[in-house]
Amino acid sequence: MSERVAAGTLVEIHAVVLAPGERAPQVPEDTRGLPLEMRVKGVLVGEANVGAQAEIRTATGRHLQGTLVDSAPAYTHTFGPGIAELTPIGAELREILRRRGHSR
Amino acid sequence: MNTGSDYQAVMARQNRIMRDSVGIDYAQYALGALAFDYERLLSDTGYELDMARDIQSRTAVGDTPLVELHNLTAVVRTLARPGRGARIFVKDEAANPSGSFKDRRASISVHEAKRRGFAGVAAATSGNYGAAVASQAAKAGLRCIIVQEAVDSRGVAQPEIAEKTRACEAYGAEVIRLSVGPELFYMFLRVLEETGYFNASLYTPYSIVGIETLGYELALQTTERAGRLPDVVVTTHAGGGNVTGTARGLLKAGSHATCMVAASVDLQGLHMASDHDFNRKSFTTGHTGFSIPFTTWPDRADVPRNAARPLRYIDRFVTVTQGEVFYVTQALAELEGLERGPAGNTSLAAAFVIARELDQQQTVVVQETEYTGAGKHPLAQLNLARELGIEVCRGDPRLGKPGSSIVIPAHPEQLAVVDVDLEQLRRSYLRNALDTLAPGTALTTDDVRFLAEDTRSSTGHVQEMIDDNR
Repeated sequence: MSERVAAGTLVEIHAVVLAPGERAPQVPEDTRGLPLEMRVKGVLVGEANVGAQAEIRTATGRHLQGTLVDSAPAYTHTFGPGIAELTPIGAELREILRRRGHSR
Repeated sequence: MNTGSDYQAVMARQNRIMRDSVGIDYAQYALGALAFDYERLLSDTGYELDMARDIQSRTAVGDTPLVELHNLTAVVRTLARPGRGARIFVKDEAANPSGSFKDRRASISVHEAKRRGFAGVAAATSGNYGAAVASQAAKAGLRCIIVQEAVDSRGVAQPEIAEKTRACEAYGAEVIRLSVGPELFYMFLRVLEETGYFNASLYTPYSIVGIETLGYELALQTTERAGRLPDVVVTTHAGGGNVTGTARGLLKAGSHATCMVAASVDLQGLHMASDHDFNRKSFTTGHTGFSIPFTTWPDRADVPRNAARPLRYIDRFVTVTQGEVFYVTQALAELEGLERGPAGNTSLAAAFVIARELDQQQTVVVQETEYTGAGKHPLAQLNLARELGIEVCRGDPRLGKPGSSIVIPAHPEQLAVVDVDLEQLRRSYLRNALDTLAPGTALTTDDVRFLAEDTRSSTGHVQEMIDDNR
């Protein structure tokens, strides 16, 4: 059973703006067959289920409709693990300077 | 008359939507079939340099520090011939309120929107400019909508753009995140039409006037620090506004002999409107996917006439590789204590190479840095690249292939720049300009003069290129 979300919750909706057949003529081959999709966050206007149609009020006060995809959407972007190809660069450069007599 | 939200119907209303949302009647500047009065378009904004500086100072924009990169300069000198290796300075634009030089562009646009009584501002941008507009709008009490190209069809967000989404939302903006495609502009037009907001385009004269202060400041600061005007200024080059505004500011400071270098990350081979290629680009701006098309035809922008006209100002155009920019980003953090970029460090990678060619008393100024953070970082980009099967290794950076491999230099000796032939770009610009004309349209002398100014060549040379094209 899909999650019921209370009105007033910060959510994200998803909507198809242009279906594959409606896209701009200059869209390349590999992208033409895909819809143009939109995701916007806002406050849920009325109680709704995740996966169902819902209405939100955005930060500018606009009312938008779409499929409710997420309640309390998270920012998940991060750094990830260190990259071994970058880690030694500082020490390498300091060594170059040291060999040239810089006090590093 | 405001009917139809399908692609063709909205695009057909483009001129009217633009006129209403920018408040500029571009038609009044037309001088011929192609020519327009560029200087009048800029001066009619009414924002003289001092006024722009004053407006910016009220929101803590500008007056950023000029930092000398002593240690990177020392590395350059270990690679250079005796007596060579110019002093490298960087303008720390990350010190602006939203963390990049884009605050300069946004400040004048938002000021103008407020002055004209608009209720809000909107911009189509996936970059730092969104956060800048959102930040300035917050301060001015205006509402703000940012339209981004943010995710691929699998729902995977470009990490750098995910961070920009967060930043815009932190400043209270509504962010419309779209999947990949050029219809970002179509959606933007719909938003402008529906809301009646001001179009804070990157390419209006307000935006360019806002960057002039950067060029002006750095000329003054370099003179103060080095006792001479900058010999070379390197700008990261994408849509052309950065190089245009900076060069104009330098000229206003009397820095006529400065060599303006535009630098872009080479992303040749990757399609800018392709869903497949979208996340295979480890740079979201400052790359050739923007700079080549915008240099060779500025009026592809989201306003009828682009105030960013790079060919007028560029003395030299170079490309660097993704691997080189990541290398220099790491070096900047570890040798100079500045964690900045990555995309804004494109100009630093080029400066590192160019400084080697110059004498020790000369100066190379990198004219921007940008804030860094989660997603907006070499680690985030390289981890995503690896997940998508892109090889990341050390070695000769020229062996990297955008979308397939990123080669991080094994030694600073391996950093290099590749010169883009400006004459070829001029010819390409001319072809694009002539392509916009209806068959049989005759060019006036004003048109030829304009094309000469826009390509920084002589009217005779323009005529020759036109004849060659026929």
